Amino acid sequence: MASIGPNELFFLMQGLKWTLALTLVGFIGGGLFGLIVALTRTAQNDLVRRTTTGYIAVFQGTPLLMQLFVVYYGVALMGFNVDAWVAVAIAFTLHASAFLGEIWRGGIQAVPKGQTEAAKALGLHYVSMMKDVILPQAFKISLPATIGFLVQLIKGTSLAAIVGFVELSRAGQIVSNQTFRPLTVFALVGVIYFLICWPLSLWGARVERRLSTASR
Amino acid sequence: MSYSLDFSVVVARLPELLLACLATIGLSLAGMSLATVIGVLGVIARRSRFRLLRGLVIGFVELIRNTPFLVQIFFIFFALPQLGLRLNPTVTAIIALGLNGGAYAIEIIRGGVDAIPKGQVEAGLALGLHRAQIFRHIILKPALRTVYPSLTSQFVMLTLTTSVCTSIAAYELTSVAQKIEADTFRSFEVYFSITILYLIISSLMMGIFALISRFSFNYPVK
Repeated sequence: MASIGPNELFFLMQGLKWTLALTLVGFIGGGLFGLIVALTRTAQNDLVRRTTTGYIAVFQGTPLLMQLFVVYYGVALMGFNVDAWVAVAIAFTLHASAFLGEIWRGGIQAVPKGQTEAAKALGLHYVSMMKDVILPQAFKISLPATIGFLVQLIKGTSLAAIVGFVELSRAGQIVSNQTFRPLTVFALVGVIYFLICWPLSLWGARVERRLSTASR
Repeated sequence: MSYSLDFSVVVARLPELLLACLATIGLSLAGMSLATVIGVLGVIARRSRFRLLRGLVIGFVELIRNTPFLVQIFFIFFALPQLGLRLNPTVTAIIALGLNGGAYAIEIIRGGVDAIPKGQVEAGLALGLHRAQIFRHIILKPALRTVYPSLTSQFVMLTLTTSVCTSIAAYELTSVAQKIEADTFRSFEVYFSITILYLIISSLMMGIFALISRFSFNYPVK
């Protein structure tokens, strides 16, 4: 039975690097597209709104793992010869855009209607009304849910392991197979995830408490 | 690109896939039941007089909610045998789904229980109900009604999570799809089709949950 030395730990850290990279790309890309999703989801135009509603429903109604598989093989089918990690990153971006879009949609709609009316009365056009009046308030309202989703996303990147991408979970699986010490390895991997996610969860809970006392 | 989509392999193995859908639904229902039991027991323990018990529940909830399901199921399937506990894939999947869903259920149900006005419990005491009766009729039932929407959407998520059980080769839709993919090399067609099957399953579940809520929560709210 091999032991877990510096080499194995280094390998896990390499995996962790990819977990964080995937999370970052998914969150930033998903944030940008999610903003578009949120804005179209709250648009006046019926067709635009329905299309986005459908987009969100599909991503929320299917497993993340399937989204990874479909995008992974779909990108290749469309003739793009891209790295596995780019394909996986695209999948996470799409996934995150639907969820963040829905979270921020809620935030936008929770901003009191008087704000929109006041902005319009002041003669602000759509872009400036959204940028300066509605979105700052909407983001504040949806901050706890956004942090909650970030935690979901970090945990979600573990599914890239099933597609064969070597991030933290897959690295753990490989080390476990090499050292025959699944108990230690998976406990260690779990602890690493926990140490990343738990502070975020606590932060989210604190922000939520602060917001609920502020609105009382 | 000269690749042309060919869904005939999927059509040919549709019976197999539909059977696997049933397995996925079965796995989900078992997971949901276990999660509900863990959720209710967890909330009772979370309100217990014993600090240690309360601490254990909080620790369990935080631990489960801040680690990936994949790592949890790997831990149960690959690590526990080292401690002498060997379970088959299906049992492992149900336990993992139940524990994972249970942790979320504890938090959700606790929110509903905390929302019960204290006066209700005092009224129950004044009427001479004993503790178990109060918990069942005054706390649990209204709390479950309050949390029903969040609890059921958590259950739909649990159903979608069953796809991860393919990683330990439990019998369900995704693992059957992976087998078909390996036989036919029609990766995109297979995964695209079962994504639609999952969409149907989750929509059906949401519909059934909505129906249940319409028929079972029909007593007056106020």
